[in-house]
Amino acid sequence: MIGSGGGSGDYLAMYDSVAPALPAIGTNWLDAHRREALNQFGQMGLPKTKDEHWKYTDVRSISRKSFRPQMTESQFDESVINDLIIPETESHLLVFLDGRWIPKISRCNDLPKGVLVRGLAETLDHSPQRIKDKLGKALRQPTHGFNAINSAFVFDGAFIEIDPDVKLDKPIECFYISSSREDLLVLPRNLIWLHTGSDATLIERYSSSVATPCLTSAVSEVVIEDKAKLNLVKFQDESLKSFHIGGLFFEVGREASLETTTITFGGALVRNDLNVNLNGTGSEVSLNGLYVGDKVQHIDSNIRVSHNAPDTSSHQVYRGILDGSSRGVFRGHIEVKSNAQQTNAVQENHNLMLSRQAEADSMPQLEIYADDVRCAHGATIGQLDDDSMFYLQSRGIQKLDAKKILTHAFAKEVLNKLEPTSCREYLNNRLEEVLTGKNEFLK
Amino acid sequence: MLMISNLTVEVDGKMILNGLDLEVKSGEVHAIMGPNGSGKSTLANVIAGRDGYKIVEGSIHYHQHDLLELSAEERARRGLFLAFQYPVEIPGVANVYFLKEALNSIRLARGEEELDAIDFLKLAKTKLGLLEMKEEFLYRSVNEGFSGGEKKRNEVFQMAMLEPTLALLDETDSGLDIDALKVVANGVNSLRNSSRSFVLVTHYQRLLEYVIPDQVHVLAGGKVIRSGGHSLAIELEERGYGWIESHTSDANLAKVG
Repeated sequence: MIGSGGGSGDYLAMYDSVAPALPAIGTNWLDAHRREALNQFGQMGLPKTKDEHWKYTDVRSISRKSFRPQMTESQFDESVINDLIIPETESHLLVFLDGRWIPKISRCNDLPKGVLVRGLAETLDHSPQRIKDKLGKALRQPTHGFNAINSAFVFDGAFIEIDPDVKLDKPIECFYISSSREDLLVLPRNLIWLHTGSDATLIERYSSSVATPCLTSAVSEVVIEDKAKLNLVKFQDESLKSFHIGGLFFEVGREASLETTTITFGGALVRNDLNVNLNGTGSEVSLNGLYVGDKVQHIDSNIRVSHNAPDTSSHQVYRGILDGSSRGVFRGHIEVKSNAQQTNAVQENHNLMLSRQAEADSMPQLEIYADDVRCAHGATIGQLDDDSMFYLQSRGIQKLDAKKILTHAFAKEVLNKLEPTSCREYLNNRLEEVLTGKNEFLK
Repeated sequence: MLMISNLTVEVDGKMILNGLDLEVKSGEVHAIMGPNGSGKSTLANVIAGRDGYKIVEGSIHYHQHDLLELSAEERARRGLFLAFQYPVEIPGVANVYFLKEALNSIRLARGEEELDAIDFLKLAKTKLGLLEMKEEFLYRSVNEGFSGGEKKRNEVFQMAMLEPTLALLDETDSGLDIDALKVVANGVNSLRNSSRSFVLVTHYQRLLEYVIPDQVHVLAGGKVIRSGGHSLAIELEERGYGWIESHTSDANLAKVG
């Protein structure tokens, strides 16, 4: 069991030393927000395995170390960063290096009217009032020590606001690159607000340019107002030495719709929290996930969907491919409140085990207080199908190739539904590299 | 081309094939008939190299090579093809991709160059026409959501693409209506030549009206109990398997069981 003191004390002490350099320090409401989160962190510390929601995810490898944020702009080589950008994806691009927004290599000069895309720190420094009623709207209280740290710092991230009925022409992409020293702490805080009837696609992407142990604790707060529509793709492709604790928190209004696809290839230890509140009648959400683990990777998907209004629907499909001694954890919690009649909730988690040492834990949790609902869930953990393998081999396809084809096909069930389609080819190629061990960070 | 001697095979400790002999020469079409459970499909699967069968005794030689030494993919690369009784559905793998991988793998093994996408498609369209299949078949996932008849056609289409030297058809005729049966039979007939052989595993002699076999073998109790020409199949159809089993046990040729 980890000592709560170990990790927590470090962060509390470190907070005092860096606090003066945080954005908009001295702004009363923000100071109060930070202080409260810091106190909560002091009480909670980092999670322990005796906490039910962390039962299968031991973070001692994180709490043993102490990570520090980058308080000045990192040196960077623009060509290295350009190489990491997905060429096929035409997007309004925000680049964050070691947690800080770098406007000069971002590309968001041709935004349509009614779309605001800025760095959060810059916005806090110049017009904190814009943020005041938006911060903490979707993550009202920290759910664990990691997002408490994020809330205590409110460091930098993307601030995106889309006016009513504005439909975005191309995706907005927030690209986080960890590029520098060891023990780097990256604290992205994204605030995304879609006003009534707006429509957008957002890509959140995490990558490393060097393989050093660093910790990302990310929080995205997303408010989707009535009849608005959001498609969010989160792609975690950091080095295998990195730790990633990410949280997506959504508030979804009447007849609004949300689609998310969470893809995890990288990271030594990854935890993806996804919380959705379906607050408005007729709102719907589709949550897709693909995690691919090898070596000793640990990938935890922790999903919670609350049906808080009638006639809402949620559909979860998560697939895991686990090789080496990797471990995949899936917890899908669906709560249907007593007034949420006519709820339709479906949850599926399928795991493909490529090695005997790999492990998958799959936990569906249904909590239903309404009587007129339709809920279904299913989980499978299995190997490649012998009949399919033989079928391919009997056509002259080598065993290794057959394995690759079937594994890729398993993943395609998620990837081939992905929008924007321009991402698909990149992700399929990247998956190919990961599956054939060409993942450079695996070496 | 194919020489099977004294083949004895167990599955889960149960004897399925019991000293089976069979010889197929180049250019010949052989039909293997027999009641359910007589070991017909086991024979086809063992020749194709499926796992899960214990070879207790005997040998299979193919072009003088010991076939049992080779993996399933190696057998395919040397010209063997099995049309499955129950073709497998593989969601997420497009027919076109699957077949291109298979064909190029086999072409490389034959010392031929890989086909590029354009030449592959050209070839595929010709063969699709032969089986009266629409082009959209190519872009659907392998057998996924195919009707029984579509699956069987897809097997014969693959056979036409891969141009094997020895094709085993495991009950390819079952579940086909008469029109589909004719299409499948035409597909087989169009591939018949002096260097290509076929083994048709079938329950009924219906297919054999369209694909006339050189030899018919009756399998019972894990071995061939009677061989003959096409007329044997017709006689079987009239008199049933019971006739031949009792007939042979009288003659003390085989013990069924």
